[in-house]
Amino acid sequence: MSYTVIVFVKQVPDTQNITGDAMKPDGTVNRAALPAIFNPEDLNALELALQLKDRFGAKVVVGTMGPPNATAVLRASLYRGADECILLTDRAFAGADTLATSYALSCCAKKYGKFDLILCGRQAIDGDTAQVGPQLAEKLAIPQLAYVEDVIDLSKDKVSVKRTIEGGYEVLEAPTPVLMTVIEGNEPRPMNATRIMKYKRARTRSELAKDHADANYTDAESLVEEADNLVAKNLLIHEWSAEDVGADKGRVGLPGSPTKVKKIQSVILTGGDAKSVEPTEAGISDLIHELIEDHTLG
Amino acid sequence: MANFFTENKDLQFTLANLDLKEASALRENNYEYAKEFDVAPCDYADAQDNYERVLKVVGEVCADNIAPRAEEVDENGPHFADGVVTYYPLTVQNIKDLDNAGVSGAMLDHKYGGLNFPASVYTMMTEMVSRADASLQNLFGLQDIAETISDYGTQEQKDKYLPLFASGEVDGAMDLTEPDSGSDLQSVRLRAYQDENGQWFLNGMKRFITNGCAKVHLVLARSEEGTVDGRGLSMFVCEKCPELVVRRIENKLGIHGVATAELQYNDVPAELCGQRRRGLTKAVMSLMNGARIAISAQALGIAEAAFFEARKYAEERKQFKKSIDKFPAVYDMLTRMKTKIVATRALLYETTRAVDLRYVYTQMVEHKADITVEERQKAKYWVRVAAVLTPMCKAQATEVANQVAYDAIQIHGGTGFMKDFPVERFYRDARITNIYEGTTQLQVVAAIGGVMQHHNEDRIKELMALPFEGMLARLKDKVATFYEKQLEAIKYVAVKKDTEYQSLVAQCLVEMEAFIFVGMLMLRDALKDSEREVLAERYILDAESQFEERFMRVMSGDLTTIDKHREIIDY
Repeated sequence: MSYTVIVFVKQVPDTQNITGDAMKPDGTVNRAALPAIFNPEDLNALELALQLKDRFGAKVVVGTMGPPNATAVLRASLYRGADECILLTDRAFAGADTLATSYALSCCAKKYGKFDLILCGRQAIDGDTAQVGPQLAEKLAIPQLAYVEDVIDLSKDKVSVKRTIEGGYEVLEAPTPVLMTVIEGNEPRPMNATRIMKYKRARTRSELAKDHADANYTDAESLVEEADNLVAKNLLIHEWSAEDVGADKGRVGLPGSPTKVKKIQSVILTGGDAKSVEPTEAGISDLIHELIEDHTLG
Repeated sequence: MANFFTENKDLQFTLANLDLKEASALRENNYEYAKEFDVAPCDYADAQDNYERVLKVVGEVCADNIAPRAEEVDENGPHFADGVVTYYPLTVQNIKDLDNAGVSGAMLDHKYGGLNFPASVYTMMTEMVSRADASLQNLFGLQDIAETISDYGTQEQKDKYLPLFASGEVDGAMDLTEPDSGSDLQSVRLRAYQDENGQWFLNGMKRFITNGCAKVHLVLARSEEGTVDGRGLSMFVCEKCPELVVRRIENKLGIHGVATAELQYNDVPAELCGQRRRGLTKAVMSLMNGARIAISAQALGIAEAAFFEARKYAEERKQFKKSIDKFPAVYDMLTRMKTKIVATRALLYETTRAVDLRYVYTQMVEHKADITVEERQKAKYWVRVAAVLTPMCKAQATEVANQVAYDAIQIHGGTGFMKDFPVERFYRDARITNIYEGTTQLQVVAAIGGVMQHHNEDRIKELMALPFEGMLARLKDKVATFYEKQLEAIKYVAVKKDTEYQSLVAQCLVEMEAFIFVGMLMLRDALKDSEREVLAERYILDAESQFEERFMRVMSGDLTTIDKHREIIDY
């Protein structure tokens, strides 16, 4: 049998390779200075989903909530092996905190229909909250397995996974459908040349219309034809609005976000003087006491 | 996230400026394939976009995945026990990454699951793979085996093997060398015979076979009993089986990651691949030409890696209170290394472009019904150009790799002699490049005919006619003087009609030709990008004294080496 695995991913600013000022004077993130990338742990989640496809046979559906240009991560997912993509986009979604985001994603999953697994990266490098995955499971009322490294087995109605704990690892089993958050435990496969050559043409309906922005209305028919063409070749990226997924407008975007950012502080850690410790029992003992006293240890 | 493509300015310049329009259109059947295959490009811009996107992926895999594993692969290498070769796990992972990237059938037709890329783009991939791990190139760079089956095999052989090569399900080996047949392949002895049902079998030995443990082998064998020369040889394809025994694998100076095997054929069932008796003259020559390009790219990749390390070290290492790259002796070395690399890259991709055009036009001559005179002439022209450029390029690239690796250690000083830094690995890996697939001396033999017959003349004149001004015009005049002298030297040697003398000075003549040809390529590139003027200037000024030295040797008519070498050697 074939399973359905939904992977929710996020396009994030690359906090590792900062060009220019990362923050605007008002304390918000300066996205223009930060190249947009595939959130690293979401790539691990996608890789795990693709491994499940290789091992057990599965349809891998990738969804993301974001602005229209977030299709970049969806195409990148297609290049790696995803089968179907959904862009959840609407001005109404803007300014969402984790609560509003997980609500929107839950509507998206419900609209998609039947699934066996939902995979998310543990957390995104822009917010580092690790809340969206668990909240999504709660909203869908399905069990959750957090911090998963690998799937040991998958069958019709249950899954067993592995996660590392201090001093070893544990094996967990859960009935499906289930949501997992995935940590960096695999090496994401590279994008595939043949898939790039095919799926670089994948478009949402809005992108297709934009490609034809200069055309006059007599092209409308050819536009429809082209959209049908994309569908036939499995190159159409679904584009769903808040209304499409039946989301309550009051629960998405800024209105649905109780989190209010009070203040953002840029903390710069400066290095102090170096200190040498004698490699003797006494020297080490002194150091440990000192660390305990200033609460670095204990 | 590093990337060997996007972070290599010269390679990006090369892709952007390499005119593959004609080769790409013909390969894609004037973009008609786009109607049949989702992945086929619909015009040249689309094809270029594909090349660039895929090279970016390969650049990333090479820098992020393969390069960090290279040291461990070098230390461990493949394992051999009970007749079975097992590759080091990280080598297996490298191959898997490249298979996942979908570049295992880069040049194969769309219908076999390949990318149908020109050799030029494939060569860029191999260059990056070599930079990351030179030994891996000996596995990844074996795609010419599938190409040879594609060009010479029967339809059944193509249908059977090519999709498997494209997906990476099978790997290949080309079994040519024997204990007594190295440079002299005409003397190959491995016997091919038929039973009463017409089934072929192979019997004998092969040595120094790269990836001899492969699943699919192309084997050069003597199919005509009683013959002793190249006309009795045919090419066969066979599969890994109990009758094909790996006797041992070699313990080598470098390229540790790949197995180099000695093979014993105990009546191995095989199929003829290509025409009987034309094994050496057709299939092997095509295979070797492809392999020579692959080794040139391997050499260039090693040189790039060595230069990168040398430059980094020279910037970081402080002596006498300043970084050592501030000292003339060191920056002179770095400048020469970089200039040689850029010059070699210019020659390599000019060569692959000729190879691509040769391929599309010779295919046309073989398969097109209504071939025009012009198309036939083009095929002939590109065969000739590729034939002289390929060995010239292999000789230059592989010698440059050795020089650059040597200098890279020199810049590191004592540290470079230690295993703690990767430059000693580059030095060891580079050393085989000017030996296998034909030594530099043999490349000279292959190139000298074309040089003596002025096969580069059209292209050199075409380049000289470009609108150079100012410094570039003055540099062009310098190269034009070289060229006059070259013509004088060629005439001098030709008139002499002394084959021994011609052989003696052949290397000088081929290298002189390369200075001229590459000098013009460097000037051409300087016209396209003013930042490259300094590179052209440095190359041509450096070439001057080296050219003059060779010119003097050729024109000396000095026969003392021929007459007295024995006495000197035996003293």
